Amino acid sequence: MLQKKSWDIPSSEITPRSVYLNRREFIADASAAAAMMVAERTLWELASPSQKVRAGTKLNGVIKGPFGTDEKQTPYNDVTHYNNFYEFGAGKEEPAEKAKNFKTSPWTLVVDGAVNKPKTFDLDAMMKLAPLEERVYRHRCVEAWSIVVPWIGFPLNALIKQVEPTSKAKYVAFQSLYDPKQMPGARYAGIPFPYVEGLRMDEAMHPLALLCFGMYGETLPNQDGAPVRLVVPWKYGFKSIKSIVKIKFVEHEPPTTWNLANPREYGFYSNVNPSVDHPRWSQAKERRLGEFFRRPTLMFNGYGEQVTQLYAGMDLRKYF
Amino acid sequence: MKSVLNSKWIKVPVFVLCLVPLTRLIWRGLNHELGANPIEFITHTTGDWTLIFLVLTLSITPARKLLRRPELIRFRRMLGLFAFFYGFLHFSTWIGLDKFFDLAEMLHDVRKRPFITAGFTGFVLMIPLAATSTAGWIRRLGGRRWQMLHRLIYASAVAGVVHYYWLVKSDVRKPVFYGTLVALLLAYRLGNRLLRKADRTRSGSSARERLVLGEKV
Repeated sequence: MLQKKSWDIPSSEITPRSVYLNRREFIADASAAAAMMVAERTLWELASPSQKVRAGTKLNGVIKGPFGTDEKQTPYNDVTHYNNFYEFGAGKEEPAEKAKNFKTSPWTLVVDGAVNKPKTFDLDAMMKLAPLEERVYRHRCVEAWSIVVPWIGFPLNALIKQVEPTSKAKYVAFQSLYDPKQMPGARYAGIPFPYVEGLRMDEAMHPLALLCFGMYGETLPNQDGAPVRLVVPWKYGFKSIKSIVKIKFVEHEPPTTWNLANPREYGFYSNVNPSVDHPRWSQAKERRLGEFFRRPTLMFNGYGEQVTQLYAGMDLRKYF
Repeated sequence: MKSVLNSKWIKVPVFVLCLVPLTRLIWRGLNHELGANPIEFITHTTGDWTLIFLVLTLSITPARKLLRRPELIRFRRMLGLFAFFYGFLHFSTWIGLDKFFDLAEMLHDVRKRPFITAGFTGFVLMIPLAATSTAGWIRRLGGRRWQMLHRLIYASAVAGVVHYYWLVKSDVRKPVFYGTLVALLLAYRLGNRLLRKADRTRSGSSARERLVLGEKV
């Protein structure tokens, strides 16, 4: 591109005399045009927030995984600056700031309970258990917003097979790290910590359930659950527990944090379901970040074909 | 100080100051700083400022009395109207940008969702106050009746706080903060009322005593 000098005035920009003489009119027109531009920009801004640069470690040798959607991916900056990670504050932009110094290395994950081979994994070793896949999933928050994220990880069942669950293993319980010294938001979050989540064994074994180490080609940013999290795309986002330190196989349905905090509003299953409202708002529609209009929410977040059979014969109003 | 508050022009900077939150919001919008969910950001910001202006409006009377600055009354109407203004922006964001003018869905929400019922009530209660805020309406209604009507702001502020409290998922610090302020401001009024009442009965009885004494004499 040709770089122009600031003092170069092309002849095309020299104001014709007639226009100069009508300058007041011109100012009025120009102000109207400027106002239009401002209005247009505001509307555009509402629909497409800004993007900034990223800072993670690139993950190599990632293969393309199944179940991917070709929907438009949410900008990286939105996925990293609009987080629910209450250990780092309940505000959406707080985790990006408060998780900056969160120490995620070294990291170990203890896997035990009703298994033949309980193991303690070092993160690097765990990442080598199976080939890393990129999976572009829809992610639907219980608060009626959604994103599309290219996660990187492998099926949770690859890890489960390593430890050989016994016949007593009916559920899997997950636990996040809780270190109040590193987690300045936890004090006022209003929910109990450490954060715990759970899945039924068949849900955990489902090929869609992802043990996730990265996104957008890189390792997970701290605020998105570094260094290892769960991604269960047919359930509300809070089921996809972040920064996991413990996985335990148990016989009975384990407690889950949001259910403990408010059992009337958050159930153990928490499958995305447009026909079962949250007591305080409708789940029929969602706002996809970056889109202006709300879009209809799909049953099981659009993964019904894969997961409907898991819940055959269950009343999903009762087991919400 | 007194002369400044009494001056003819003081209302202009106060008015401009009241527009700062809106200006900042527009500025952020133009500079792509409304975050990942701009509509939510606008909703929360305008909601916050509605509550702040309600609290400021309710503070005028106690401030007048406690600081002995009766001239503060000159700002009450403006602050109240700004509470309505930000409430209107908040409400409009909801029906326009959130519900896309889907009236059926709106009414459904108002009926079914307690937090929306509360917020809607708070806003609707402000409408008659904004409409009758002129000197003409004070005259037409008569000071006493006008004052009775404008006590609706107490209900509006309480509804606003309840609306916020019912909305948040778990971190209730902000709604509790606004709630505390509103509670203090309403408690001041209640306390004042009780004191006045006690005063009246006390002075009443002393008069009676004097009368009795007088009879004796």
